[in-house]
Amino acid sequence: MELTSLTIDAARAAVQERKTTAFALAEAHYARIQQEDGQIGAFLTLSKDRALEQADRIDRMAAEGKPLPPLGGVPVGIKDVMSTRGLRTTAGSKILENYVPPYDCTAVARMEAAGAVVLGKMNCDEFAMGSSNENSAYRPVRNPRDLNRVPGGSSGGSAAAVAADMAVVTLGSDTGGSIRQPASFCGVVGLMPTYGRVSRYGLIAFASSLDHIGPLAKSVKDAAIVLRTIAGRDPMDSTSAEVPVPDYVAELDKPVRGMKLGVAKEYFGEGLDDVVRQAVESAIDKMRTLGCEIVPVSLPHTPYAIPTYYLIATAEASANLARYDGVRYSHRARGVKTLSEMYRRSRDEGFGAEVKRRIMLGTYALSAGYYDAYYLKAQKVRTLLTRDFDEAFRKVDAIVTPTSPTAAFRLGEKSNDPLAMYLADIYTVTADLAGIPGISIPCGETKEKLPIGLQILGKHFDEATILRLAYAYEQASKSHSAASS
Amino acid sequence: MKVTEKDVAYVADLANLELTEQERAGMLRDLNSILDYVDRLNELDTSDVPPMAQVSDRYGVDESKQGSARFAYASREDIVEGLRKSLPHAEALANAPDADEDFFRVPKVIER
Repeated sequence: MELTSLTIDAARAAVQERKTTAFALAEAHYARIQQEDGQIGAFLTLSKDRALEQADRIDRMAAEGKPLPPLGGVPVGIKDVMSTRGLRTTAGSKILENYVPPYDCTAVARMEAAGAVVLGKMNCDEFAMGSSNENSAYRPVRNPRDLNRVPGGSSGGSAAAVAADMAVVTLGSDTGGSIRQPASFCGVVGLMPTYGRVSRYGLIAFASSLDHIGPLAKSVKDAAIVLRTIAGRDPMDSTSAEVPVPDYVAELDKPVRGMKLGVAKEYFGEGLDDVVRQAVESAIDKMRTLGCEIVPVSLPHTPYAIPTYYLIATAEASANLARYDGVRYSHRARGVKTLSEMYRRSRDEGFGAEVKRRIMLGTYALSAGYYDAYYLKAQKVRTLLTRDFDEAFRKVDAIVTPTSPTAAFRLGEKSNDPLAMYLADIYTVTADLAGIPGISIPCGETKEKLPIGLQILGKHFDEATILRLAYAYEQASKSHSAASS
Repeated sequence: MKVTEKDVAYVADLANLELTEQERAGMLRDLNSILDYVDRLNELDTSDVPPMAQVSDRYGVDESKQGSARFAYASREDIVEGLRKSLPHAEALANAPDADEDFFRVPKVIER
């Protein structure tokens, strides 16, 4: 049994049936990290003591013949924007280089309560701001498929670790596409749940009306298992919704025949790479052969999504990042004489270029005289973008699009042009603005063997439908590739 | 050019950033290029469109109530140590760059 290529159920069953141990699973993943991560850079911090202690607890349960919880013994990684008690949490930033949280993020606590073994903290763009992972203050992450290319961002470490078998699943966060776009670039499954579906308590805030936590996984079923684990109301997060959590796993193999799938021309226009277009169109054909009805829909305000997003996200970020003042935690500059000098120099030294750029843009958009023209205007267009989806979902059960206009680009290719980098999120930001769920699943490769992602967007709190469609597609492509090989 | 050097200095001041001369020049270029792009929002007439600040007000709310009473599920009793115990001082101060046993220490604020 290859211990580093198991799905959640296979890993848990192997530990339950004593074919292996949680300890051996964790050790096998650490060995793989030792071997691979020097060149990939997916992990920022390893938490071996914490992992082996949890593995030991799971192994004792298995030895006593107790039924293991759903993630019993499963090695996972946590994006370094989620607080972990006693375990350094940097948000990919120098300003939090020595920050050790005194409490756990709810999503992490729920994973561990379900038996997951936390291997360590995943590299990411600083404060989750970026689309390539080149904004990490520590090191860029490289795409396991091609080390000269980016893994996407900002959950690049989370995606790369799953793709390179260094973790079974990972948690990422998505504010403008930061789970789905790296999942697409690395050839894994990435799920952004509905806004309010998963508690953000303990998530280091970037843009509070847009931040989501979700899984990156090797299969749709694994993503469903993790969502079932972390979803649901948490009294510690007032934005987590009081909406019942269905059994996403039990719903997976319900039939998709007769379901209506929307295709919006706005997601197939200028800027979409031909190879990506072809892959997504043939995925849509496959959904048709599975019995789905393909229905044209219109999302006319789509071209306005990126400017809307970059005003709202940066405005919220400028407020959220005001807390890094060098007083209670975070870096403090040396040799400062006044409080004001301390704030400025600490922030100057602690934040990277993209974070400063976004704080500046957000502060500008909120400043007297510009608030109405920028921030308020963006909030109004956000209403229009959300209405587009409301309208479309009156006619269809889900909407299928490419996840990203291109496959993974090269390191350095866009890093000097912030606007070009922002456009990498063109198909993903709208779902964040509307608060609807989205999943990216692999749907083919380019000539250079770079993965391509298919995105399925759903109605609010209807993750069950997009998971079911993604699962049907995944199973159908699996049997197809098995038949042709 | 929408943003001037003076604006950059003013906004940096609001954001508690100092920025080097080189960083300011970069900001001037990048903010102008991004704001030029953002200008396309003005193609849309939004005079009758309400602003949207968040998604949460669409789900799980009690539609029969008004105002913040609609979010009954999100409210809680305002009591000390309700949901979680307060951190002991030592733990709360553990990440501080400078502290004594009970307080965070910062450079002197009041001149005399």
